[in-house]
Parts: sequence; C-alpha cells; structure tokens
Amino acid sequence: MKAIGVIVAVAVALALQTTAARFLVRGSVAVDLVLVVVVYVGLTSGPATGLLSGTFAGLVQDALSSSVIGIGGLAKTLVGFLAGIIGTQFIVTASLPRFVVFFGATVLHAVVFMGLYVLLDLRHFGAPVAAVAGQATANAVIGVVTFQLVELLPGAMERRRAGRSRMRR
Amino acid sequence: MALLDIRQRSGYLFLAVTLGQILLISAQVNSKSGVPVIESVTFGIFSEVQRGLSGGFSGVRQLWTGYIALRNLKVENEALKRDLAASQVAVQEQRALADRTRGLERLLDLRGHLKLNTVAAEIIGAAATPDFRTLTIDKGTRDGVRSDMSVIAPAGIVGRLVVPSLRSAKVQLLIDRNAAAGAIVERTRAQGVVVGGGDDRLRMEYVSEVFDIVVGDVVVTSGIDGIYPKGFIIGKVESVERAGGAYKRITIKPAVDFSSLEDVLVVLTPTPAREAAESVSE
Repeated sequence: MKAIGVIVAVAVALALQTTAARFLVRGSVAVDLVLVVVVYVGLTSGPATGLLSGTFAGLVQDALSSSVIGIGGLAKTLVGFLAGIIGTQFIVTASLPRFVVFFGATVLHAVVFMGLYVLLDLRHFGAPVAAVAGQATANAVIGVVTFQLVELLPGAMERRRAGRSRMRR
Repeated sequence: MALLDIRQRSGYLFLAVTLGQILLISAQVNSKSGVPVIESVTFGIFSEVQRGLSGGFSGVRQLWTGYIALRNLKVENEALKRDLAASQVAVQEQRALADRTRGLERLLDLRGHLKLNTVAAEIIGAAATPDFRTLTIDKGTRDGVRSDMSVIAPAGIVGRLVVPSLRSAKVQLLIDRNAAAGAIVERTRAQGVVVGGGDDRLRMEYVSEVFDIVVGDVVVTSGIDGIYPKGFIIGKVESVERAGGAYKRITIKPAVDFSSLEDVLVVLTPTPAREAAESVSE
C-alpha cells in the first residue's frame, strides 16, 4: 500500500514538473518537485522506503532526460536514504529543521549529480553555486509548505505517530 | 552507532541499489551507440501521459484566462478596434515598402531566400529534471520529423530535435548545457560557436579578439553546423569581455523567451551542409 502511495506521489510530482513547473517558475530559478517528494518520503517513512523511492524516481527522471541512466538515480537514492536516517534519528517537526533538511538534500543531490558528470567527463557545469542555491531555497520552501498542507489533513498526525512507533519497534 | 549501522537491512539495501546503479552507469558510459532503448521506450510512454495532462492543464488555463477576459471585454474590445485601425494603416505602409523593395530586388537581380518546409508543433511538456533544458512537442516520426532537425519560433532559434517517437518528440533547447550552434555576428561577420549554459543566457565562444563586437549586436546562425538554417536570429550580445587569451568572452541574451513558448516550427528541409553530408554517406 505504501509502495503504491510512493509511486503515485512520484508520478504526480513528475507530471507537475513537466507541465506546471515551467509556467510557475520563470528565469534561471528551477525546482525539482521529484526531489521534494523523495525527501518527504524519506523523512516520513524511513531509510529503506526513502532509498527505494529515490531509486525509482531518479531512474524514471534519468530515462526521460537524455541523461546517463543511473546518475540521477544514484543521487536521489543517497538523498532518500540519508533523509530517512535523519527522519528516524532526529525530531524534524518544526518548519526550520525541515527547511534545513530540504535545503541540504538539494545541495547534496546537486553535488553528487554534478560531481558524477564531471568525474566521468560527460558534462561541465561552469559556476553553478547561484543556481543550486536558488533551487535549494525553492525546493525547501515547497517542501515545508507540503508538510504543512499534509498535516492539515484529518488524522494525518495520528497516522504519522503510529508509523513512527512502528519504525522504532 | 545505530546511525549508519551497515548491518541493518536498509544498509544492505542501500549498498545493493547503489552498486546496481553504478553498474548501470558503467554500462552506458562505455557504450558509443545512439539513444538507449530504455530511454526511447520510457519517453514514448510518458509523452502520451504528458499529452493528456497538457490538454487538461491548457483547458484550465484557457478557462481562467477566458473568465478574466470576459470581465474586461468592453474596454478590451475598444482598445483592439483602435489597435486594428492603427495596424491597417501600418499594413498599408508596409505593403508599399515591400512593393518598393521587391522592385529593387528585381533591379539588383537578388535571389530570394529559399522557402523552408516546416511543420507546426505544440509544446506538451517540459524536462523531467531541471538539470536538462528540453521540451516535448506533439509531432513525431509519423509527421516527418527526425533527429537533428532544427526547431524555430517566430522570435528565433529554439533548439534541435533529439529523441523522436511516433507521435511526439523531445527538443533540446539551445540554452541546455550540451547544446551548441554555429553562429555569426550580423554586423561584423565574426564567426563563432554559441553554447548553452544551463541558465537563461548563451555564450559565444571562439570569437577572435581582433573583431569589433559591441553590446546589442545581433547574432544569427551561420548554417555550418548542418542543423540550423543560415541567418536565423539567436539573440543579442549582452556583454563582451576580454578573456585574456586569443578569444573574447561574449554573453548573449536569447531572442526566444524559452519559459513562455507554446508553439514552435520544426524545419523539415535539410540544410545544405546536411544534404552534402548525406549525399557523401550515400
């Protein structure tokens, strides 16, 4: 049931990324809605689900992007796994810690993604600091807002507490 | 210690998945073939989903803009009538100017530009990841499009076709990091290569320091790359710096606003350079 939920969430994020994102965000600022979903799943469901959702989402993105299949998958796998570890080891319920996690996850994803491309001598990225910082901020804001919206749903907190106690056991 | 305990199930799973993907990457990097089969198949399936979603999204947008337009319809109608009257006068002036130009062309025995065979396409999706600058259009191989055909808009060059499927195709925008086009500065005829930077600006490389390039110079396609037809606008020079070596560092603002593109034209007519290359290979 959880797997279906993750697949649906990634599919919705991909659909929004390829249709709505280009109308909502203009100029050089870009968002990665799929990465936001992977970090969200990792934080709420643990490292195993986080890494599997990262693998699935990253591989699908790679297959749709004329890129080397596996590089985005590897980056998102790592991000999903670490987000899952952070979600189980630390209390990440306030907006600021969530913002920091989403921001850091985007930076880590960019470092791994661009690092692998440069390492394999496939692409060069010039000076991407401003672009990565912009994307990390945008992703973090969307991630925090997504958390707030989901928690507004009836019974969301109870389900989350139950899920967390199951993970601890 | 429990933080990164490799003995945990998720730790093994992480290692297995990571190893699998490293093997996957290795297999592709060593390969020199064209588009991977998995990419082509996945793109073909997903483009159909994009087509459906794009239709729904356009419908919602049209409904919204239609509602806003209705509220200001009377004012807008009057403004449009005034614009139409002004445009009709302008058309008359342009027609007179065109007649005079045609007469001069005949006098000078100038050859007219070759008419390009194009097919109009609607944009049905954007890139799945912000690290690549691509678009999906609703025309595919059954409409006669194929790889490396150029894609243009009324404002100028958009990009080139990279992955065609039966009913849709992926277009690599000129601003993508892997994109490039042969270019020429219209005023000074200085040649170079325009490359994308992944953001909303282009760079023109390999332009010698000896050429006089100023801000505002128009940069057009040179046609030597075999993809883009000659003479189409790429953009305007935004900044020129001395790079220190033999070449200038030139930044170009693209003529096309890539964030608001909705319709494009795919050029079906091969460029002379491509025709020559194809005749040699045959």
